[in-house]
Amino acid sequence: MNDAVEVKTLIIDEQEVSARRGQTILEVARENGIQIPTLCSLDGLSSVGACRMCLVEIKGSNKLLPACVATVYEGMEVTTNSERLQKYRRNILELLFAERNHICSVCVSNGHCELQTLGQQHGLTHVRLPYRNPDLHVDASHERFTVDHNRCVLCTRCVRVCAEIEGAHIWDVKGRGIDSIVITDLNQPWGESACTRCGKCVQVCPTGALFDKSKVGADHPKYPDFLPFLNMMREAQ
Amino acid sequence: MSQTITIDPVTRLEGHGKITIQLNGEGEVEDAHFHVTQVRGFEKFAEGRPFYEMPSLMARICGICPVSHLIASARACEAIMSVRIPRTAAQLRRMLNLAQMVQSHALSFFYLASPDLLLGMESDPAARHIFGVVAAKPELGRAGIGLRRFGQHIIELLGKKRIHPGWVVPGGVTEPLEASKRDEILAMLPEAYANIQLALAAYKQIADTFRHEIEVFANFQSNYMSLINEDESIEFTVGALRVIDSSGNILEDGILADGFSDLIGEAVEPYSYTKFAYLKSLGYPAGSYRVGPLARLNIAKTMGTPLAEKELAEFKQLASGPVQSSFHYHHARLIEILYGIEKIELILADPLILDKHVRAFAGVNRLEGAGQAEAPRGTLNHHYKVDENGLITWANLVIATGQNNNAMNRGVLQAARHYVKDGKFTEGALNRVEAVIRTFDPCLSCSTHAFGQMPLVLTLLSHNGEVVDRVIR
Repeated sequence: MNDAVEVKTLIIDEQEVSARRGQTILEVARENGIQIPTLCSLDGLSSVGACRMCLVEIKGSNKLLPACVATVYEGMEVTTNSERLQKYRRNILELLFAERNHICSVCVSNGHCELQTLGQQHGLTHVRLPYRNPDLHVDASHERFTVDHNRCVLCTRCVRVCAEIEGAHIWDVKGRGIDSIVITDLNQPWGESACTRCGKCVQVCPTGALFDKSKVGADHPKYPDFLPFLNMMREAQ
Repeated sequence: MSQTITIDPVTRLEGHGKITIQLNGEGEVEDAHFHVTQVRGFEKFAEGRPFYEMPSLMARICGICPVSHLIASARACEAIMSVRIPRTAAQLRRMLNLAQMVQSHALSFFYLASPDLLLGMESDPAARHIFGVVAAKPELGRAGIGLRRFGQHIIELLGKKRIHPGWVVPGGVTEPLEASKRDEILAMLPEAYANIQLALAAYKQIADTFRHEIEVFANFQSNYMSLINEDESIEFTVGALRVIDSSGNILEDGILADGFSDLIGEAVEPYSYTKFAYLKSLGYPAGSYRVGPLARLNIAKTMGTPLAEKELAEFKQLASGPVQSSFHYHHARLIEILYGIEKIELILADPLILDKHVRAFAGVNRLEGAGQAEAPRGTLNHHYKVDENGLITWANLVIATGQNNNAMNRGVLQAARHYVKDGKFTEGALNRVEAVIRTFDPCLSCSTHAFGQMPLVLTLLSHNGEVVDRVIR
C-alpha cells in the first residue's frame, strides 16, 4: 500500500468504490449512496466520533470503527450493515433512551427528532435497561431559547457549531462520563452568558434539548442544512 | 352480620373505578362509595417544566377530552403572558372544543350508555355493548359511530391529529384554517344533523320507560355550576362561571378563571384518589355541586342556535326548576351535540375564520395564571404559578369528575338503597348502580382504553372480610 497515491480503491458493502486520500468511510459511503446511521455527526462540523452509531466492520479487524472519523485505505473492505452492527446500534439507542428523560409524546421535537427517527429505523420497541430517570434541570433564562438537559444526548453539536461556525464558544461540556452536561460560559445561566443569540445551536440540536421558546407543541422542525453553505461562502471569500 | 358488595372495576367508564356497597346486619344498604383507584401525579411532575409546554403536557391527561385540557391550559398560559389571542384563533379553538364535545358525548351516549338504554338494564351482559346495539338497532349504531367520526375528523382536520393535537398553543393556534378544510367540514354537516335528530327522536321514545331509574339515579337537589355568556347563552370555551342552587337562584356569577380558587375548595376522602370539590361559601359537603351537560342546560337561559333552542325549551319542561335527576344527563348530552353541530356551522359562516392572524407571542408577564373551559363532562380549571423564567413552580387542576364526585357518591347510595334488597344483588340491580355513574360520564383515568378488556368482578364480603360470594362477568 502506498499512502502517496491520491486515489484509494476499497469495497463498501460488496460495492467497489474509489475515494480520495484522507476521506472518511462515512463521506465515501454517502458519495456512493450507501447510508450509515449517524447522530453526533453533522455536515459542516468537525467529527468527534462520540455517539458510535456509525460503527462499521472492517475485514481483517475485530475492532468496530466509527465511520465518521475512520479514514479509508487502499484495499479496505467495509461492512456497514450486519446483524452484529444492528445489535450494537440498538444497544447504543437503548443506552441513550435510558440515560435521561426522553418522553417523545410531550417533546417539542416529536416527529422531527433524530433520536426518535433512529429508534424507529432500528425497530426499537423496548428499552431493556432500567431508566435512570435523572433529576435534571431546565434552563429557561435565555429570552429566546431553552435548554432541557433531560433531552440532551451529549452529541456536542451545539459546542462545535458555537466554537467552529459562530466563533463564540459559549457552549462546552462540564464533568466526565455519566456526569457530563453541556454548559454555557463557565456554567452560568444561558440568559446571562455571552451568547450572541444566533440560534445555530438550536438548529443543529438533534433532539428537543435546545429549542426556540416560540415553538411549542411539536411544531419545531430544525434546519441544520445551512452549515455546509456557510462554510462554502467563507472559503470563497 | 354486615356485608360489603364490591363492583370492581366498574365497566363502560373512562378509567378505573370501583364501587363498594356496605350492608348492615339486616341486609339493608348502609353506605356506598365510588372509589377512583389510581393516582396520576400531573400537578407534581409539571413542576420545573416551562409553562409554554403545559398545553401539550396536560392534554396527555385524557385521550377523550385532550382539547379541553389544551384550551384551559393555553388560557392559563395566556394569563401568564398577559395576552388576548386573535379573534380568529379564539373562534377556531371554539370549533375544536365543540367538535371534541360532539365526539365525546357520542362516545358516552352511544358506546357506553346506549347498551343499557336501548337493550335494557336487565339484558344479557354478554351482548350489552356497542356491538349489541349495532346488531339490534343498526341505524342508531351507525348514527353514533358517525357522530363520533364527525367530531374526531374535525379535530384531525384542524389539529392534524385526532388525539392530542399540538395545534392549540399559548397565544392561539399554530396554523390558520384552509378554505378546503372549511369546505370539507361544511360537507359533513348534513349527515351529522340527520344522525343527531335520529338519536334525539329515539331517546325521547324510550325515556318514559325509565321512569323508575329517573327517580333514583342521583335524583336529588344540588347546586350547579357552568360557564355562561353575558347574554345567558350556553358557553364552552370562554365566558364566566355561574353557580345556581337547587331552585335556580344565582349563588355566584361572573367568576373568571382567576377567581375560581377563591370560590371552590377541594376536600379529600380516604376512599378515593379523586378530590371532592365544594363551594367554600357553603362548606363541605353542603357546598357540593354538579357540573356537565345537566348543569349547563340548567344554567343556560338560551342555546343561541335555533334547533337546540327548541330542544332546550322541551328539556326545561322536565321540571319546574333545575332538572334534578342525573338520568337526564343523557338527554342533555344529545341536545349539546345538536348545539355543537349548529354552532360549528355558524362559526364557519364567518368570513374572518380564514384570517391568517391566529397567534400572539409574549414571554412571562405575570407569575400566576388560571384558565377555564367546559370539558364535555363539566367545568375544568387549570391554575399555574411560574418563576421569572417561566418554569412551573406550582400547578393545580380541578377537573369535572372531582366536581361531580360528591353527587356520584350520593347517587350510588341512592340507587343501591333502591335496588339492593335483603343483602342480595341481581345482575340487573348492580348494572343499574354502575349506570348511575355512567350518567355522569366521569373521566377517571382520563385515558382511553380498549373496549371490553376489563372483567367486572362482583364480590360480596362479610363484615370480617370473608368472601361470601363472587361473580365474574
